[in-house]
Amino acid sequence: MELIQSLLANEIVVAILLSALPLVFILVYALVTLYMEMKVAAHMQDRLAYMRTGWHGVLQPFADILKLLQKEDIIPFAADKLLFQLAPYVVFIGTYAGFAFIPFSSIYIGSNINLGAFFLVAAGSLVVIGILMGGWASNNKWSIFGGLRSASQMISYEIPTALAIVIAVMITGSLNLQDIVKFQEGGIHNWLLFGGPMASVTLTQKLLLIPFTLVTFIILFTASLAEVNRTPFDLPEAESELVQGFNTEYSGMRFAMFYLAEYANMFLVSGVAVSLFLGGWSSPFGSLMSGTIWGIFWFVLKAMVFVFLQIWIRWTLPRLRVDQLMYTSWKVLTPLLFGCLFAIGLILVW
Amino acid sequence: MDLFTILFYVFALITLGAACVVVFSRHIVRAAFALLFAFFGVAGLYVFLLADFIAVTQLMVYIGGILVLIIFGVMLTQKQINVDIKTSPVQTWPAVLIVAALAGVLIGMFWSTDWARMGEISTATTATTPKLGEMLLTTYVLPFEVASVILLVALVGSAMIARRERNT
Repeated sequence: MELIQSLLANEIVVAILLSALPLVFILVYALVTLYMEMKVAAHMQDRLAYMRTGWHGVLQPFADILKLLQKEDIIPFAADKLLFQLAPYVVFIGTYAGFAFIPFSSIYIGSNINLGAFFLVAAGSLVVIGILMGGWASNNKWSIFGGLRSASQMISYEIPTALAIVIAVMITGSLNLQDIVKFQEGGIHNWLLFGGPMASVTLTQKLLLIPFTLVTFIILFTASLAEVNRTPFDLPEAESELVQGFNTEYSGMRFAMFYLAEYANMFLVSGVAVSLFLGGWSSPFGSLMSGTIWGIFWFVLKAMVFVFLQIWIRWTLPRLRVDQLMYTSWKVLTPLLFGCLFAIGLILVW
Repeated sequence: MDLFTILFYVFALITLGAACVVVFSRHIVRAAFALLFAFFGVAGLYVFLLADFIAVTQLMVYIGGILVLIIFGVMLTQKQINVDIKTSPVQTWPAVLIVAALAGVLIGMFWSTDWARMGEISTATTATTPKLGEMLLTTYVLPFEVASVILLVALVGSAMIARRERNT
């Protein structure tokens, strides 16, 4: 950071450059994931997907992006033009704001403030508003239903997500994601998934904590699937009932923005889960293979495993019904997490 | 001008511009969505006042909770009955009185604050959240608990009302 600062000698330029770094990452990552999603889907259904553009179709994502860029930007006649044009950007801003608090490495975190974990929960609400905006402005009954479903779903699942984050915060004693990752440094056995480092808890405490932290992590991952509107919680865009929901009327670049935001959000929730429970950028082998560059490698690897898992689940599970969705959040996940919160608190005090 | 000053003016502009749209727009849905930017700008201003916890709470409660509810309500009413709801000024005099009283309080607050000490406070303060948490659970535990009980009562009450309508 200081190096760039001294090279450019202008804090405004430096601030803009540093805040654009995750954007560069997201664009590259989106291309990779676009390819991965299609290939994983195809192989799970015993077919090959793209084979003609480049070796095994590796150039297909570039072709897709070029096609999207060239498409005509159609705005429906009856739509509210201003809000219709604004919505994809609001959704993307909400997602991108979250990236400011993700520690990519021991030296790179967009904003090293003490409230990172709390802000991550709050930033998701911008996405909800953006989706509602897009759904309403399209002036299409399916889009409105998609927007409404999305909003109610994201608000319901914000509670389990926030509770799981609270549990991680309670064990580590910090709301700063960088501090939470540093707390888990030193190898796989120190991860919060396995009860946290031995320095902070006794062996009995650690053994007692493990079942509860495991359950918390699984619930966090489940809830994050709903937050990003992925299967089995993809009711907002259910193509068979709502013809893509809130983004039915979107085309060209604006559709691409929604798509990019969805992919960025997949990485964001994986990054949060990894930072909170799987040691973030710290190496699973203690001091072996650890360092700034290895940190980025480990973080991206761990997060990509969960992105892959999301794709895997998408092509495996059917979609839930609306009432089942609400049942899962309010009557299963939330009470379970309250139980975990209570038990972990007891163990930590005892 | 340094980055800090520029950012302050950006946030102030967002807040005021969006607030003007909320007040003067005759299109009720646009006014509701403009509230998003007004709330967002206010959250930014809280950060400049060193109240980072309040800023995030502002985002969480006002944008994530209240604004979503407002938009839900507005969206359902306007589209369902297929009539464009336009707003027009009503009850001008009571509104003027209330706004004048509010402005009086704010201006009084502005004059009574010792702004010269702000620099000193900004270097001394590191984290407000732990202190806030401590105060809420020790000195102000009674108001805190009373507020949560009131919210619980509201929650149970609204659930009861919603349920009774469905049965009849």
